[in-house]
Amino acid sequence: MNPFQYSRPAAVSGAIQSALKEPHAQFLAGGTNLVDLMKMGVVQPERLVDINPLPLKGIEKTGAGLRIGALSTNSEVADHALVLESYPLLSLAINAGASPQLRNMATVGGNLMQRTRCNYFFDTAMPCNKRTPGSGCGALTGYNRMHALFGASDQCIAVNPGDMSVALAALDAVVHVAGPRGERKIQIADFHRLPGDHPEKDNTLERGELIIAVDLPGSTAGFHKHTHYLKIRDRSSYAFALVSVAAALEINGGTITGARLAMGGVAHKPWRLHETEAFLKGRTASDEIFSQAARLAMRDAKAYRYNQFKLTMAPNAILQALKTASA
Amino acid sequence: MPTRSPQDAGKPDTTSGEGIPGGTRRDFLKQSTVLSALALTPPSALMAADRKWDEKIADALEQVTVNLEVNGVAHTVKIDPRVTLLDLLREHLDLTGSKKGCDRGQCGACTVHVNGKRINSCLSLAVTNEGKKITTIEGLAHGDQLHPMQEAFIAHDGFQCGYCTSGQIMSAVALVREGRTATREQISEFMSGNICRCGAYSNIVKAIQEAKNKSL
Repeated sequence: MNPFQYSRPAAVSGAIQSALKEPHAQFLAGGTNLVDLMKMGVVQPERLVDINPLPLKGIEKTGAGLRIGALSTNSEVADHALVLESYPLLSLAINAGASPQLRNMATVGGNLMQRTRCNYFFDTAMPCNKRTPGSGCGALTGYNRMHALFGASDQCIAVNPGDMSVALAALDAVVHVAGPRGERKIQIADFHRLPGDHPEKDNTLERGELIIAVDLPGSTAGFHKHTHYLKIRDRSSYAFALVSVAAALEINGGTITGARLAMGGVAHKPWRLHETEAFLKGRTASDEIFSQAARLAMRDAKAYRYNQFKLTMAPNAILQALKTASA
Repeated sequence: MPTRSPQDAGKPDTTSGEGIPGGTRRDFLKQSTVLSALALTPPSALMAADRKWDEKIADALEQVTVNLEVNGVAHTVKIDPRVTLLDLLREHLDLTGSKKGCDRGQCGACTVHVNGKRINSCLSLAVTNEGKKITTIEGLAHGDQLHPMQEAFIAHDGFQCGYCTSGQIMSAVALVREGRTATREQISEFMSGNICRCGAYSNIVKAIQEAKNKSL
């Protein structure tokens, strides 16, 4: 691991100032991803700003919604009564990820910052435009079994590996950040980005900006009755998603009155299915309609040499998630 | 590889120090770690060091003081901020019960409790544990009286080689406290962060099912 300066500020403003002192400073929260990446030499920050002492923990009601402090751990969120009551999809998604030990360490803010698990990103002997811009993409013509179906570029076909983020995308979460120019809100759909010509940028945060909270809006609290998170992986627990589906439906008398759908493991960001949601709205909940919805969701999918199987797995996962959610 | 008897505990390890003049294997490793650290230091930092240790490099190699409690004993240690909690326990406090398996948060052999919650100590920088209470496998027993989970692992043969066992037991104790033992499936799911390459899983589940009703 490269040597780094360690700082432990007591306030958010101090943390931001400390991070601005070095061009490659990083905030450290749970460390489950960052410490691993530092051990592998994939990232080499000159300064670590330990934000763990900052007062950014806790979950509270905000009108019809919830505010989750950025330093709340994954397990604190997944087990919280208010989350289980109004946003069970979030609990399901969090508990589908990592292990109990890691969920006790990983934070909501840190989880949003999780880097890809692409093997070429982790292997410093291989080319990777995300790790070393301009070095090429090893996965494009390499072993790309875990890689993207949607929104990739010829620079990068890696996927965002998260589960929590997929649920947050379906639930229209809002990310609150503080930075050198004050605070701002970022819709979850605008937080992560597609690779384009700059795969080194996972998200739209600016230098020195720190996630301080995540809001769940009241508008998606009504989806708690018909909800499911389906994760398909190489073993039944403790593995990254090949494909995952977050599904939340509002159903009245057999008719779908609202739908929220997002996929994980298929794109550089949580992949929200707006068109499919619009198709489902107003239709009767049935296997046939769900199959049509799944086909629609796959319309722009593009597979690579080793992830062709995802073209079958992904629509099947959508169909199954909708069936389970509607039951 | 020569083995050490329990009577040798605490004595310098000279059994595997061949070819290292005037030092043990462990000393050699420590020295070479310092050399590696210097080798890994960026050239700009070395230039800075040349100019009477400018603030940047001094900071980078600075030892940080951390206060923490391990198995009820308070410790104040000065460490390189790169040291993980696992390495602090094993290399600085001589608590070698917590094992280093993958060192990447994938196997669970390093599981300890921090303020009562199970975590992977290999992914926790020691300096981030200021003021925390750590419990390791060494802190479970009361003298010769084993913890009920330890007894259950022995009774049910919950291990073969034993390398993952301390992590399995620390995870299992936390699992019972978390109330995740209703079914065999639930135990398996919430023990999935602990890998056993010998495949003692079924006996581990039996041990947990027995111990879950005893006071932990």
